[in-house]
Amino acid sequence: MGKEKKKREKIKFSLGAVIEEPGSTKKYKTGSWRVFRPVLMQDKCIKCGKCWANCPDAAIKQDSKGNFFIDYDYCKGCLICVNECPVKAILKEVEKK
Amino acid sequence: MKKVVEASMALALGVKLCRPDVIPMYPITPQTHIVENLSEFINNGDLESEMIDVESEHSAMSAAIGASATGVRAFTATSSQGWALMYEMLPIASGMRLPIVIALANRALSAPINIWNDHSDVMSARDQGLIQLFVESGQEALDTAIMAFKIAENRDVLLPAVVNIDGFSLSHVFEEINEPEQKQVDAFLPKYRPVHFLDINNPKTFGPIGFPDSFMEFKLAQQKAMDKALPIIKKTNSDFKKAFGRSYGNGLIELYKMNDAKQAVLCSGTIAGTARAYVDELRKKGKKAGLIKLKCLRPFPEKELQNAMKGLKSLGVIDRHISLGFKGPLFSEAKTIADSKIKISGFIAGLGGKDVSMKHFANVFSELSKSNPKGGWLL
Repeated sequence: MGKEKKKREKIKFSLGAVIEEPGSTKKYKTGSWRVFRPVLMQDKCIKCGKCWANCPDAAIKQDSKGNFFIDYDYCKGCLICVNECPVKAILKEVEKK
Repeated sequence: MKKVVEASMALALGVKLCRPDVIPMYPITPQTHIVENLSEFINNGDLESEMIDVESEHSAMSAAIGASATGVRAFTATSSQGWALMYEMLPIASGMRLPIVIALANRALSAPINIWNDHSDVMSARDQGLIQLFVESGQEALDTAIMAFKIAENRDVLLPAVVNIDGFSLSHVFEEINEPEQKQVDAFLPKYRPVHFLDINNPKTFGPIGFPDSFMEFKLAQQKAMDKALPIIKKTNSDFKKAFGRSYGNGLIELYKMNDAKQAVLCSGTIAGTARAYVDELRKKGKKAGLIKLKCLRPFPEKELQNAMKGLKSLGVIDRHISLGFKGPLFSEAKTIADSKIKISGFIAGLGGKDVSMKHFANVFSELSKSNPKGGWLL
């Protein structure tokens, strides 16, 4: 009960539920919803970027060397990337919690 | 300036004087004249405003929400089925605390198809967090449009407001009105200053998800805003009197010959005029009759009504809507707040434009003078 109360005190109830700080959704890690886990095989990847372009949650990112990687903090395992990859470089695995 | 105009025009003149920046509109009988007139003002260069011809009432309210979120003044108008189509967006406007003003030309909901006046449209959306004001005359429509913006935009309120104007029975009636000067209205209604608004230089998120851990707090905030609106509506009404010389009761209710009344009726909108005339008839005969006209349905003026009812033996509540399967909603609400000693009966009247005449009020008052008055349908 005490914990709950403290948590509530932290919430700022702004007028009309407006969130004044932009980009705050990044704080909520939504990757825990995943049932399936896409795994990107770097040796097979041709860096075409189709997975990156089609990911509905912008959970596929590119590092400074141009390699794509999956941000599992936000990937929900929809497997669109697996479907889109033209060289089958992304594998579907069952998520082990 | 004095002129003779249709009440739809009077309301449009009131809106014009408030200088709304955006007017999304979709026509529907009997509301169409209101937006037609506004369109004409823009065309003639008398009003600088963005009129958006949308494809439905749902879009009209969506566009009004979008416009209002950018921090400008938005107005729209509808009626009956259009209001029903708009319904989905109503709690979003109020939940996002956007002070949009909507004119609702009250008309029955189908089926059977009926374009005439009753209150089934407004009553079926009374729980959606909108301030609900009723008017009885063209002048009151004009004045209430101005007051509605002032109330809605108050920092302690920030809720959408509806100006209810009886379809045809008022919207299409011509009468003399006094049109205020633009300068007077500008002084009364300052520019809308939003707390939050969409701005690319200062990005914010509007309309996010509210999880179970916070949703109730936002609803409670809306309820508190409604509570705060009660004194603000009263003050707006008295400030309006100072500025323009006219006012409507105390802004929430209007009393007629209630000082020593033993029997009274409670109603809203145009039928109050007929009720007033019948009260006069009864007074000529020495009967202690009175009228309580409800001007503001939401927030519900509980204390004002309780005070008004003091000393009454019986009260007849006239609903122009029926909560099918139960009773008239105004009756239920009046009964909830009234002293148990007052005998309250509910009457369903004037559905789908059925005339509410002196004869009907004669029936109501004769019932009220009985020791055990019974309500019913005034057919």
